[in-house]
Amino acid sequence: MRRLGNPIAFAVLLVAVVAAPFLVSNYRTYQLAFVGLYLVALLGLNILTGFTGQISIGHGAFMGIGAYTTTILVVDHGVRDLWTIPVGGVVAGLVGIAFGIPATRFAGPYLALATFAIPLAFIGLLKRFPHFTGGNVGKNLPQLRPEFGWSTSPSIWFYVVCWVVALVMLPLAFFVVRGRFGRAMRSVRDSEIAATANGISTAAVKTAAFGISAFYCGVAGSLYAIGITYVNPDTFPIDLSILLLVGIVLGGAGSLWGMLFGALFVEFIRISWGPALLNLFSRVHHIDTHAPGSGLVVYGVVLLLVLYAAPSGAAGLVRGVTRRPAFLRRKDDPSLSDPGLV
Amino acid sequence: MQTFFQTLTTGLSDGAIFGSLALALVLIYKATEVINFAQGEMAMFTTYIAWALMGHGSTFHWWAFFATLGIAFGGGALLQQTVIRPLERASVLTAVMATIALLVILNGLAAWIWSPQLQFFPSPFPTSSWVVGGVHISKQDVGTFGVVMACVLVLWLFFRFTKLGLAMRAGALNPDAARLMGVRTSWLLALGWGFAAALGAVSGMMVAPTVFLTPNMMQAILIYAFAAAVLGGLESPVGAVVGGLGLGVLLNMLGQYVHPVTSELRLPVALGLLLVVLLIRPAGLFGRVVVRRV
Repeated sequence: MRRLGNPIAFAVLLVAVVAAPFLVSNYRTYQLAFVGLYLVALLGLNILTGFTGQISIGHGAFMGIGAYTTTILVVDHGVRDLWTIPVGGVVAGLVGIAFGIPATRFAGPYLALATFAIPLAFIGLLKRFPHFTGGNVGKNLPQLRPEFGWSTSPSIWFYVVCWVVALVMLPLAFFVVRGRFGRAMRSVRDSEIAATANGISTAAVKTAAFGISAFYCGVAGSLYAIGITYVNPDTFPIDLSILLLVGIVLGGAGSLWGMLFGALFVEFIRISWGPALLNLFSRVHHIDTHAPGSGLVVYGVVLLLVLYAAPSGAAGLVRGVTRRPAFLRRKDDPSLSDPGLV
Repeated sequence: MQTFFQTLTTGLSDGAIFGSLALALVLIYKATEVINFAQGEMAMFTTYIAWALMGHGSTFHWWAFFATLGIAFGGGALLQQTVIRPLERASVLTAVMATIALLVILNGLAAWIWSPQLQFFPSPFPTSSWVVGGVHISKQDVGTFGVVMACVLVLWLFFRFTKLGLAMRAGALNPDAARLMGVRTSWLLALGWGFAAALGAVSGMMVAPTVFLTPNMMQAILIYAFAAAVLGGLESPVGAVVGGLGLGVLLNMLGQYVHPVTSELRLPVALGLLLVVLLIRPAGLFGRVVVRRV
């Protein structure tokens, strides 16, 4: 039986997560909190894309559903903010299942096509019902207060909340992808015909995977709203959905540990890495690195390069480095068959 | 009744644009089983090129229109050869991912080069309208409809009556057999991408005068095109055009006669329609029902 992930890796991650706030500034801690919530979103999307082989270009909107659920519950109904996190996940998950039932019945590109419409349709709905969602202005949330009589800065407390959630959701993801259901998902990814022949209802598996991934993104969205303390229709643009997809490919589709790298990328590409990369180019050739659109170009190019050079992402690279060198390996070594983006 | 006919003509003109982009999607999908998510951004980018050729949109020139079609054709073929072709042996998922990367890059590049601000794009048609029996028919709507339909007709003639068109249909139907018969399928795919890009450029240049030119202008239109293509049956070129026209008319009628459907709800309605089609008639209006052997 497969374990719920590698216990040593968990221990290392746990130590790193506990140690980080003591080592870096408050602002960095706040950023690392976002890494935690992106990790949750990427784990979910990876269950759909990496393990079940279905592309979604709309999961940013499920983060939006989680975020709005939290905001409306806290602001209009006075619910304690921490309790709204699972609720945000469940609401997003149910919407995901409702959406998945028609969209996953057929093989081929229908699901990806339909998901492309979700972020824009979501924004349209937000603007259509302003008395419920706050319309264009959105809504403001109160600052998250530390619980249990603990007096610490809000960013540290936010970090703690995000990573506690992330460290619960990570083993949960390992639980989802192992065993019977995990095998069913992988068989749908590798060959729908073979999966059907083995008695798997591909539509049910895809719908379930879609619902689970929407649940994960909803949880991440609730955390996101709590972290930035406001939501409006511009908070969850289509760019976010695409960035999540880039994070998956970069971290390694089909690898849960790879999502850690993906989450770091998603958080830092926008503010630090992207501009740094552009600065590197601007020394060679004069370009304006703060121009609008330059960031998009950077992560589009990064995505293309990863697709060509390392289709199994960071996780694949790590696997490549740590496995036995080629001359020591037998030809039929199973570690050679690197699934990557199958 | 007058309002009805006015809504109908506007709907047909909107629908022609959806239909042309849907047709471009179907062209690539039929040949490669890959949905080109960059289709809308390719159209947007070439529209910017037309705008630059027209002296930053001061007046419309037909020579710039046709020059843009040429550039779009070359650009589309080039993208296929440089970006998509190396992934020929990879899975469909990887190829789709590459088109998403193209979407992001083209969107970013357009904002980078031309700034993300709204730009005015000139229309080749006068803003006046004909009055037929009390119904105001905008010349712009009729012109848009005419241009798009002419392009569709030219494309149909090409596929139906030329040897190259026959080769492309063969390549799409059965690539391996076509290759054995001496058809150079890889170049035909580049040709297909070129046609799709040129068709996208037409829809971009036709829609830009009404929605204004921005890097995001085609995102919503691409979704309508998806819905139109699914409505028509994703593999049927005729279906794509009819689906586009039907969707254009439906959206305008709903906006006109059903008051809760405001402009913000146009996209959710299109998404809803897409899902309903998948539930009720997944092969679309004109698609074949695919029987899979398991």
